[in-house]
Amino acid sequence: MHMVRVELPQHLRTLARVGPEISIDIPGQVTQRSIIDAIEASYPMLRGTIRDYATDRRRPFLRFYACEEDLSHELPDVPLPDAVASGAEPFLIVGALAGG
Amino acid sequence: MSGVRVLVGTRKGAFILTSDGTRERWDVSGPHFGGWEIYHLKGSPVDPNRLYASQSSSWFGQTMQRSNDGGKTWETVGNKFTYDGVPGTHQWYDGTPHPWEFKRVWHLEPSLTDPDTVYAGVEDAALFKTTDGGQTWTELSGLRGHGTGPKWTPGAGGMCLHTILIDPTNHARIYVAISAAGAFRSEDGGTTWKAITKGLYSKYLPDPTAEVGHCVHRIAMHPSRPQVLFMQKHWDVMRSDNAGDSWEKISGNLPTDFGFVIDVHAHEPETVYIVPIKSDSEHYPMEGKLQVFRSRKGGHEWEPLTKGLPQRDCYVNVLRDAMAVDSLDKCGVYFGTTGGQVYASANAGDSWAPIVSHLPAVVSVEVQTLK
Repeated sequence: MHMVRVELPQHLRTLARVGPEISIDIPGQVTQRSIIDAIEASYPMLRGTIRDYATDRRRPFLRFYACEEDLSHELPDVPLPDAVASGAEPFLIVGALAGG
Repeated sequence: MSGVRVLVGTRKGAFILTSDGTRERWDVSGPHFGGWEIYHLKGSPVDPNRLYASQSSSWFGQTMQRSNDGGKTWETVGNKFTYDGVPGTHQWYDGTPHPWEFKRVWHLEPSLTDPDTVYAGVEDAALFKTTDGGQTWTELSGLRGHGTGPKWTPGAGGMCLHTILIDPTNHARIYVAISAAGAFRSEDGGTTWKAITKGLYSKYLPDPTAEVGHCVHRIAMHPSRPQVLFMQKHWDVMRSDNAGDSWEKISGNLPTDFGFVIDVHAHEPETVYIVPIKSDSEHYPMEGKLQVFRSRKGGHEWEPLTKGLPQRDCYVNVLRDAMAVDSLDKCGVYFGTTGGQVYASANAGDSWAPIVSHLPAVVSVEVQTLK
């Protein structure tokens, strides 16, 4: 079991009624998919907000960062860095900048 | 004592305005869901404290909210809108086939009898229904499968199903309108549909009288006379006296008959309100003067209503879901602007005043008359 730290963008924190960072338990390999599966299981109100229901893909205005790397274009089942799996570094879900 | 609750959806959140029956002093609560686009919120006719809200964002997609206490607190409900079967294609702006893709919920229409049942009109155009208070949504796919679906095209605002009207005397009869497909009627609760566009003329179509392709902006109905419909089309104000089987133009003496909103007086089925907009190229009132036009004769003859409305330098728009009426005596009329004002008249349009002035751009206005 891995305890993974995830930072959410402000609007998703408000929706889930949580602070800037949440901790989630991942039973198997730590990947983008397993993290989002665990987030959606623990916070059902976030279903469909990070990845699209129909395509299962990351929403285009969101990015996934960790360990100072942009992992957004990695395949969803690629293992994430050990530092994320160990909880040493958070997995960041970041909204694109916008004006207006 | 009676009261009024005005539900306002804006580009940056929802606001709830309340007043007693005098409609003189207004309390404003909000923003609810600050920073999110709230295309529509509406209350159940049988349980006014049961509200539903469509909350969406370009970043995070569609979320749905429900309140059981008139908007004081909210809970997130189901947001999975999946088209029935293989979605197929509609026509893209350039005429090529384009796959149906869910984008957002434009309009919510609660059942007239059950607070847990709600219809949702979505973009790309389709009709969904929940019977469990919004937890799950099922497409009424007979509409999209009407056969003309591949010919439907988006308007500039997207291919949206924005109007849902339920006949209060026959709940199996439902009307919907889609930009830019037209208007449709179901006689069996949404299972099968018929295009109701005879009499519509749209010069931007290759065949101006085609069955589908008309950019209908809004349809309104008086509950006492549900076979009479009033339509604000892209251009043209229209009327049907036979449940949409045919339409006649009632623009009459209007200075321009482009616009988005249309609504009917709560107690006078022949009194109709619109807000004319200069043109499809210039989405603001003519000459910078914000005017509501009222017909007391069901169309053809219109009078401008200007008292209390800005008559210079006003270049806002009034979007299709942004007008509503209350059922007090005298009838209250309300509309919201893209400039963030909500104007109200407590005397059926004779005079107006802003009840809130500096909101984000208003997308929708609904009114609940509370006993």
